[in-house]
Amino acid sequence: MQSPLETHPAFHLGPLPLSAPVLVTWGLMLALAGGSWLLTRRLALRPGRAQAALELVVETIDQQIRETMRVPAEPYLALIGTFFLFVLTANWSSLVPGIEPPTASIETDAALALIVFVAVIVHGVRVRGWRGYLRNFLYPNILMAPLNILETLTRSFALMVRLFGNVMSGVFVIGIVLSLVGFLVPVPLMALELLTGAVQAYIFSVLAMVFIGGAVEGEPGEARERNDR
Amino acid sequence: MNLIEVASILGAAFAVAIGAIGPALGQGRSIAAAMDAIARQPEAANVVSRTLFVGLAMIETCAIYCLVIALLLLFANPFRG
Repeated sequence: MQSPLETHPAFHLGPLPLSAPVLVTWGLMLALAGGSWLLTRRLALRPGRAQAALELVVETIDQQIRETMRVPAEPYLALIGTFFLFVLTANWSSLVPGIEPPTASIETDAALALIVFVAVIVHGVRVRGWRGYLRNFLYPNILMAPLNILETLTRSFALMVRLFGNVMSGVFVIGIVLSLVGFLVPVPLMALELLTGAVQAYIFSVLAMVFIGGAVEGEPGEARERNDR
Repeated sequence: MNLIEVASILGAAFAVAIGAIGPALGQGRSIAAAMDAIARQPEAANVVSRTLFVGLAMIETCAIYCLVIALLLLFANPFRG
């Protein structure tokens, strides 16, 4: 049985080994970027059918960000929306026969978690400055600083492992069941996998929102004052 | 099959089996509490279910860690030599 923890190169592009998840990721990036370009090419004040659907998606993500982070959604909409749509399409790409979701290999998830890790620092520094961002680590007092730093690292790790574990275990179970009984039996499992994929995409983006929101908003007392105003 | 392989397979099985108990109990409790909250305050259902989802994901991570340990034991065992 092939180990789910390692990825084998599918073919070599010159000296560069390329694996299947990378190719699927490129395909998804192309599809998402191309689809967005096609849909937003001719925006009208009175939206057509496609534009209305697109607006529904963007509005929903926008509203979720505003409700979760309690700040204007504008600076985060592109990042969080891309996370959600990419993870969702990546998890659902197993619907296409012969394609394994790229999120089932740990490198993709590590890259996504790393982007969240960097985005937390960037947004925290952008909104509150270096001093304000670093003061986050001293909350509630200086004794907690090592634990806070440790938490920042482990939660990124947990973000990676969570997405990887969920998607990979689904792929693994379907593979095992397929090798035992090939006909119709894996279908309910695949349906469950679609549900898990959607929930994981939602959770990944909500956690990214929560982490960025925590870095942006600062100490609880401060946030309450700002909300009262 | 030598002793280390037998021990790793047993370890992997027990890691997942025992590691699933705690998160299952925790998830059951949190879902029950969320149901209770929604029944009392149906207008807060949105906030409650969003928080519930995030909390469930956090709890689930424990079980996922056990799964990863099991996979490491089975496929990337450092003691197999």
